[in-house]
Amino acid sequence: MNRFEPKIVVFNCNWCSYAGADLAGTSRIQYAPNIRIIRVMCSGRVEPYFILEALQAGADGVLVLGCHPGECHYLEGNYRTVARMALLKNMLAQFGIEADRVRLDWVSASEGVRFAGIVNQVTEAVRALGPFQREETTEEVAHG
Amino acid sequence: MGKLKVALYWASSCGGCDIATLAIGEKILDVAAAADIVFWPVAMDFKYKDVEQMAEQSIDACLFNGAIRSTEDEHVAKMLRSKSKIMIAYGSCAYEGCIPGLANLFSMKSVLERVYVDTPSTDNEARVYPQAKVKVPEGELELPRLYSTVRALHQVVDVDYFVPGCPPEPKTTWLALEALVTGALPEKGSVISHSNKALCEECPLPKEGKKVKKFYRPHQIIPDPKKCLLDQGLLCYGVATRGGCGAMCPQGGMPCTGCYGPVEGVVDQGTHFLAALGSLIDSVDPEEIQRIADEIVDPAGRFYRYSLPVSLLRRARTA
Amino acid sequence: MRKIMIDPITRLEGHGKIAIFLDEEGEVANAYVQIPELRGFEKFCEGRLAEDMPQITQRICGVCPEAHHLASTKALDNVFQVEPTSTARKIRELLYSAFFVTDHTTHFYILAGPDFIMGPEAPPSERNILGVIGKVGIELGKRVIQTRQKNHWVIQTLGGRGIHPVFGLPGGVSKAVSEEDRKSIEEIAGQGVEFARLSLKIFDDLILQNKEYLDMVLSDAYTNRTYYMGLVDENNRVNFYDGKVRVVDPQGKEFAKYAPSEYLEHLSERVEPWTYLKFPYLKKVGWNGFTDGEKSGIYRATPLSRLNAADGMATPLAQEEYERMYTTLGGKPVHHTLATHWARLIELLYAAERMLELSKDPEITDPNIRTIPTETPHEGVGIVEAPRGTLTHHYITDEKGIMKKCNLIVGTTNNYAAINLTVKKAAQGVIHKGKEITEGLLNRIELAWRAYDPCMGCATHKLPGELPVEVELYDADGHIIDSSSRFR
Repeated sequence: MNRFEPKIVVFNCNWCSYAGADLAGTSRIQYAPNIRIIRVMCSGRVEPYFILEALQAGADGVLVLGCHPGECHYLEGNYRTVARMALLKNMLAQFGIEADRVRLDWVSASEGVRFAGIVNQVTEAVRALGPFQREETTEEVAHG
Repeated sequence: MGKLKVALYWASSCGGCDIATLAIGEKILDVAAAADIVFWPVAMDFKYKDVEQMAEQSIDACLFNGAIRSTEDEHVAKMLRSKSKIMIAYGSCAYEGCIPGLANLFSMKSVLERVYVDTPSTDNEARVYPQAKVKVPEGELELPRLYSTVRALHQVVDVDYFVPGCPPEPKTTWLALEALVTGALPEKGSVISHSNKALCEECPLPKEGKKVKKFYRPHQIIPDPKKCLLDQGLLCYGVATRGGCGAMCPQGGMPCTGCYGPVEGVVDQGTHFLAALGSLIDSVDPEEIQRIADEIVDPAGRFYRYSLPVSLLRRARTA
Repeated sequence: MRKIMIDPITRLEGHGKIAIFLDEEGEVANAYVQIPELRGFEKFCEGRLAEDMPQITQRICGVCPEAHHLASTKALDNVFQVEPTSTARKIRELLYSAFFVTDHTTHFYILAGPDFIMGPEAPPSERNILGVIGKVGIELGKRVIQTRQKNHWVIQTLGGRGIHPVFGLPGGVSKAVSEEDRKSIEEIAGQGVEFARLSLKIFDDLILQNKEYLDMVLSDAYTNRTYYMGLVDENNRVNFYDGKVRVVDPQGKEFAKYAPSEYLEHLSERVEPWTYLKFPYLKKVGWNGFTDGEKSGIYRATPLSRLNAADGMATPLAQEEYERMYTTLGGKPVHHTLATHWARLIELLYAAERMLELSKDPEITDPNIRTIPTETPHEGVGIVEAPRGTLTHHYITDEKGIMKKCNLIVGTTNNYAAINLTVKKAAQGVIHKGKEITEGLLNRIELAWRAYDPCMGCATHKLPGELPVEVELYDADGHIIDSSSRFR
């Protein structure tokens, strides 16, 4: 039986979460193979439209990982991320896009286990939701 | 060189763009001297059959306003495209979908149900809906069908130029018409406006570039009309909107709502504004940030008021 | 039956087409005016912020956005249970009066007027603003354009933008009036009064003094006996901005008078499968098909309706003209559809007089233009008179002021059933067995609906003036047996 394998795009900030992901790798920690990692210098670099573009381009879920609040390499970058993700998630609800498809979380350079755990959680949550509906319907509508 | 042949048409629109074409005042006489209007259903006596009989590319320029909502809108858009050398998406509806595009937040089924059955004044227990073909006692009547998703003009035909605004301000209209008449048109695909930068650049209200601890809805405060409205906590869209309009709304005491579309190079106007707001929230406490963000209600309707059909998501996912 | 299609109707705000069916005798069996478009405002306004509604709903119509903006703003006053300041109220009405001046001017001179000023059977090339100018002089043409432009400047100055103003808020408006601007507005208003008086004189000279036109106006082909609706103030005088809705029966007797919040007790809307537009009718009379008379709930809400439903005009010069019209046409109510053009000019005069009154009011420059709402928002109805008819906005919100439900009954919609009656009757009056379909015949049908619906005008001097109409006659097998077109 074919199980739905979601594609998850992960934005990792260079200083904390990417290092954390690296650590998960060098520690030989097993985790779901569904992710595609994009490294950015700071989670604050993640413009909300990256997330929408990822979904429209084939992702079923998007995970944004940054340094813990107070530990951002650029001091306040991740607070921008908190604000933007809060606004984005409120907006996605209006589009009928399930909250579990997009997640923001924090992973430090020493948290390889935590990285793997979050990836597994997100993968299962998105698997349960099914593929992201990216085609728009434009066909003529019969009335009545 | 003979006179230019110009056509104007309205699809799913409010008529404001046709009025806007006239708002250039006496300059319309300069246009009339240089061009013959060969098709303008709202004001002139040419029919679809007239256009059908025109040779391909015999119209020099077509100013097309209105979004594509019905099969008739699409049919006429394609017909005019084939008959015109230059196709101009005039006004926000044609450029990005505009207000009719807000219907993309709903399923067509729910729209029809609300309009024809659920509205409190409607008396329709039999649940009669408009039909594409109807038999009446005397014969048969037809209606165009509606698409479930509203589209902008370039999503159905190739568009040469875009004139932004809901509606375009007179000086923007004139910029486009003058370019047409003199032949000094910019690169194909350009958005024609006096500015490619954000509205803030030309807005005369003095700015301090403050961060905001609380956002207000316009009826909740009386702002100082001589200061930047965003600084005072009103959601002024000027930071993420192309300029060229002269910042009429902020000078009228109300925040910009984004009708000139995105700044040059921006793919999705709604998230561009969203990102800007994220930068403005004055807090380093994640819980407080969440609270402030939650106060911004109806982000989809506010951030995509004019641009939903051309946004990255295009429409809500409905059952 | 054979079907004649007129598609599209032009010089109309919006899209439309007419289907005329002929029986075996070649007489008109029926006519259907179909509206082929729908955008769905009543649904997509759900979830929006209440205070965004004036700007969203005014995109229903870019020719009369001011009407929607103000109906919406008034609905918000009720939703938030807040009273606008006295100055704010006056600023709103001042802008609205200026708007009526532009809109009625456009319709009379550029759209419908040429039919009368030049004549219904005048050559199409003359039946337009150019012909009008040729007949009455270039000076007048300039005054028409200037009147439009100057009053549009007033709208922009008071409302922020010339098309799609932004100033409406629950509890007030967003911009105060400076003394400098007030002076300019007063001057423009004075010019508007003079222009309106001139327009009425033109109407008198060219139409009322012409027996042929007067006969046409009074003829049965262009007459329907319906109920009439319009907003009136506390003295039962016509008011565009505020008041109660008054309905009189075909005899002119008051049938109903209701406050905006009561509109659902009086109006119902019917759906037909052959058009996207709904048909409002009077609930207490009921729907009895496409007929007129006392037993039919079909009503009209036009300039003529407003004058029929009121007891007079609130300004002196307009009141004189009001009395003169009814004396000339044989008393109230007037059922002759073409008299709407006269009523429209009387309203033009009233709008200009009202504009002058308000611009001279010392309170108009007061800086106190906003009351901040404090109550929890819930539900509200706002009604104004749009140039084309009574406009109703009804909103229900949650406790945060987010829209839950929206119901709209828009100006021309009130008249949609009556337009069908009028077009059918006009068609029956002009199309007969054995009669050739001529250009003049086509125009005599157009005259009928044009009286109802001032649409966008064209200020160019190249208006050819002929309605682009093509009439095709098909036999039962679908072959064209005759056709007549009027588009060059």
